[in-house]
Amino acid sequence: MSEVVTGVGVLSAVSVGLTVLLLVAEAIFATYGECEIDINKGERTFKVTGGGSLLRTLAGQKLFLPSGCGGRGSCGTCKCKVLDGGGPVLPTELPYLNPEERRTGIRLACQLKVKENVRIEIPADLLSVREFQAVTERITPLTHDIRGLRFRLPEGETVRFKAGQFVNLVSKPYGDVTEPTSRAYSISSAPADNRALELVIRLVPNGLVTTWVFNHLKEGETATLIGPYGEFFLRDSAREIIFIAGGSGLAPIRSIVLDMIERGITHRPATFFFGAVKLRDLYYVEEFQAIAAKHPWFRFKPALSGDETGHPWERGLITDVVARSYGTLDNHEAYLCGSPGMIGACVKVLTGKGLPENLVFYDKFS
Amino acid sequence: MDVQAISPLVIFVAAITTNNILLTNFLGMCSFLAISNDLGSSLGLGAAVTFVSLCTAPLNWIVYHWLLVPFHLEYLQYIVFILVIAAFTQIVEMMIERLSTPLYLTLGIFLPLITVNCCIFGCALFLVIRGYTFLQSVAYGAGCGAGWALAIVALAGLRERMRKRSKVVPELEGPGIALILTGFMAMAFVGFSGIVRIN
Repeated sequence: MSEVVTGVGVLSAVSVGLTVLLLVAEAIFATYGECEIDINKGERTFKVTGGGSLLRTLAGQKLFLPSGCGGRGSCGTCKCKVLDGGGPVLPTELPYLNPEERRTGIRLACQLKVKENVRIEIPADLLSVREFQAVTERITPLTHDIRGLRFRLPEGETVRFKAGQFVNLVSKPYGDVTEPTSRAYSISSAPADNRALELVIRLVPNGLVTTWVFNHLKEGETATLIGPYGEFFLRDSAREIIFIAGGSGLAPIRSIVLDMIERGITHRPATFFFGAVKLRDLYYVEEFQAIAAKHPWFRFKPALSGDETGHPWERGLITDVVARSYGTLDNHEAYLCGSPGMIGACVKVLTGKGLPENLVFYDKFS
Repeated sequence: MDVQAISPLVIFVAAITTNNILLTNFLGMCSFLAISNDLGSSLGLGAAVTFVSLCTAPLNWIVYHWLLVPFHLEYLQYIVFILVIAAFTQIVEMMIERLSTPLYLTLGIFLPLITVNCCIFGCALFLVIRGYTFLQSVAYGAGCGAGWALAIVALAGLRERMRKRSKVVPELEGPGIALILTGFMAMAFVGFSGIVRIN
């Protein structure tokens, strides 16, 4: 018995001793005092306590660079331009930087530690990235596995985003899920509707965030949204537009179309191909039909790949419907949103008809 | 043979040659295979292993003889040695990062990799099993690390040279050919036997 007690005692003593030693070492060595971070040449500056990674330090100031892996240096999405104060490029960053990026001072924000004053450049859009504590105003079942959510921003706050961009929705802990988790969802409302954000969410079996949305989130509760992010938005040109979406991929297209109406863009013909399997998978149909009836530049073409009959829509896979709707694509631009499989197949069809790949824009859900 | 009578210098030389921890005991193979692709990195990792094993060998000797032996807790050596090694590497990493950026870039980034390196842990266990004195432990720790560094640098040199000059069967590329080379190196090191003898 006494052997057990001494064993446990000594082991605990060793652990406590080493922990104290580590804490002392951290207090002495891992502090870098107050550092100033300067963003976009003075557009915004703030003072922070050094020692943390640039990504976490910026997040502490409510400035959120996109990050897929959460700061483990395994995705390379938190790139930003460091003008000075970043120190040399670390070996852990090299795999994610091409020679051009290495030359121009692009760094991974999650690897770089703030040890002195740092001057960085980030896309101006990111300065508008914010965290919102929004109230869940309305949850609308759109199909058997898709819901529309409307979040109202806190009193007096507005959001600025480009139609087509996405936000991260952060789930609260529930059941066995102890950590808040965030996933990206495209905004489906128009930028003009700037006191609220609407999302379209499809239930993913065993999905951490979608399960929370479907089983736990209630109207009236607050939810955390971070954004806006993304490079999926309407490009300025005179080309004819092809929109293709499947499932919840309709969301950003809806935002873009509503925004075109708002901004009075009438000189560009646009056709929206919305792919689904069965009639029960279609939603927002009346809304898009009404838009098509009122605005001659817009055409709405849902397509069902299932074997149901007695509906007025196109039949067949969305790729086949698109293929038979166009000849050569010489003055077009395509915006796709859906599953990676659907996008891949559509890109093949479109480029096969002569559309250059750089005129095909998409968001891939994976 | 009385172990404690062996000169520390003999132990140091033996730990590098006849008793090379990697080539005779095959300890520390994971990072040995993973980092031996590139000569520069293997030099950095070799230096880091040498430094850590040089420091943790006497540290573990002290913990074992002054703490575990008096309390008759020798059976806790595995867990205690691992704790000591992990804490030491972490503190050293912090110090290096703070004090010297060039040193951090060449050596510091490898320290987290060797927190759980078998070579360093094996070194701590061997010095207990063989009943070394404090001074012998210092020599053994330095020798173990240096021997490991020698082996990885040699392998990295061979692999770099092979990439330029020889055609490896595709099925054997990577770890396959590295293991074969390690086998040849181990056989070559048998040639050292007879120079010194420590067990």
